[in-house]
Amino acid sequence: MTVVFWKELADHFSSRRFMILLAIIVLTGVWAIYASGQSIRQDAESAPPEFVFLLLLTSQSGGLLSLATFLGLLGPLVGIMLGFDAISGEYARGTLSRVLSQPIYRDSFINGKFLAGLATVAVLWASVLLLVLGLGVTLVGFPPNAEELWRMLVFTIVGIFYVGFWLALALLFSLLFQRTVTAALGSLALWLFLTIFAPLIAQIAAAFIIADPSTPEAMVRQVDIANMINRISPSALYGETVQIMLNPLARGLGAALPEQTQGILLTPLALSQSLLLILPQFTTLIALVAICFAISYIKFMRAEIRA
Amino acid sequence: MSAVVETISLTKRYRDLVAVNDLNLQVEEGEIFGFLGPNGAGKTTTILMLLGLSEPTSGQARVCGFDPIHRPLEVKKRVGYLPENPGFYDDLSGRENLFYIARLNRIPTDDARPKITRLLEQIGLDKDGDRAVREYSRGMKQRLGIAEVLIKEPQALILDEPTLGLDPDGAARILELITGLSREHGLTVLLSSHMLHQVQQMCHRVGIIVKGKLIAQGEVNELGSAIFKERQWNFLLEVAGQPNGLERELRALQGVAEIEPRTHGWFMRCNRDVRPELLSLVSKRGLSLLQLRSEDATLEDIYLKYFRGA
Repeated sequence: MTVVFWKELADHFSSRRFMILLAIIVLTGVWAIYASGQSIRQDAESAPPEFVFLLLLTSQSGGLLSLATFLGLLGPLVGIMLGFDAISGEYARGTLSRVLSQPIYRDSFINGKFLAGLATVAVLWASVLLLVLGLGVTLVGFPPNAEELWRMLVFTIVGIFYVGFWLALALLFSLLFQRTVTAALGSLALWLFLTIFAPLIAQIAAAFIIADPSTPEAMVRQVDIANMINRISPSALYGETVQIMLNPLARGLGAALPEQTQGILLTPLALSQSLLLILPQFTTLIALVAICFAISYIKFMRAEIRA
Repeated sequence: MSAVVETISLTKRYRDLVAVNDLNLQVEEGEIFGFLGPNGAGKTTTILMLLGLSEPTSGQARVCGFDPIHRPLEVKKRVGYLPENPGFYDDLSGRENLFYIARLNRIPTDDARPKITRLLEQIGLDKDGDRAVREYSRGMKQRLGIAEVLIKEPQALILDEPTLGLDPDGAARILELITGLSREHGLTVLLSSHMLHQVQQMCHRVGIIVKGKLIAQGEVNELGSAIFKERQWNFLLEVAGQPNGLERELRALQGVAEIEPRTHGWFMRCNRDVRPELLSLVSKRGLSLLQLRSEDATLEDIYLKYFRGA
């Protein structure tokens, strides 16, 4: 497996595709950080806010999306680009049957491919965050504290799994469809559906279940149901994780009644408490990746490899 | 001698199509076995089952003494397989492609380097070894494929249409290479093809598969006599002049079974040697003989006969 892994990793890093991705991510990352850094500096003339580095990731300024949102949008594209021709490409080039007639287990081929993709994602994500840290230090003039570093680390891990889901999905599609174009378009279509239409459908469905939210309780329930349905989308899971992990002040997800929020102190949540809040989201995300990959794995193990 | 490749009632069904039907094949050690059949006859499907790349519906295969379904790795360690239209990683050079395969075969780097250089020389690609494969011609890729299957030092080679899409010169070079390898290293070779002429010259034995069924297996001349129950004598007779009425007399000859007119004469299928009578007939009528040639059954005749019969 390691042989396949290193070869695939080398292929990724030397491919033009990767160069383009890296360029887009780095350029936009630098721009987003710079813009939000500037606005934070202006606002913080009097007293520097707590968790400046997390703010760098989440604050929007100058009409730009925050870096975290931006990564959430671009992440799926990275996953799809790295995975959509993983199997069908080898198939089309006629290399698959040659490689699989070598004395290696079939699963080491698909595992090696998937892990190489995941490693590439990790490198991309980590390099963006290191960029944030580096730029952040020069912009604000002091280093991040341990809490911020930990939160960014969790954010990175979640992000890798988030992109990993799209990688696994693209891999599955590249196995189901023999044509790379179909695989790519299929993954993109699903991405559009899950990020744009799923929230709408969730709202409509919730409005259908609770038709007339006359009381505040019913309204909260409706929002909760919409959120619940929306959580089939990895984008929603990622979004919620970002909301909690990168904002220590956040206490929960979804709507809350005024009675529930009464008396809450506006102090930051401890890291462990934030982790506890996003644990369901995080495990669901990992489960989605595992399910997606497992389907590809089973399909691939049983597939007939024709030249 | 022991069988390197053996199949027992090997069968593969795709929904309602029977791709390979009750196939019993035997390839002995050290021989070159030609696996012949028209396109879509089930040659590739059989080969895939031999390598464990496809599961048989029923029946069994044994390659180098191992069952490819349950011990695919043992088979793949010992057998070099060159698929039809082998593909390579275009961005890598020929040498790098070979190196990747060597690593998949767990050959240590220090051993692999000199070995690859030697193989590239052997297939005549030593000058082009460091060029990207995208610049290779079809024949060069095919030769690179041969080098690749040799890296693991196999006991047997399975080559699927190794001459497909090559010009006559390129095809001849590949076949020479294969014959040489088989002779030098005592390699067992199973090669599939629909090109009869090429294969006829180099194979020790052939098997003919049509619509998934193996309809004949054996040495080329053995096959001939199996098909044409009694020995057949085929003659081509050509004469100059006005051979009016000669055809009638030829038909009247004892032992002439069939007769087909040709441009300057006739093609005759007989069940005995009628040459003396033919010659005396020709000289009696004062015709000058252009040629009288005996034509034995070629593999092509055998092949065509079977295809039509199937």
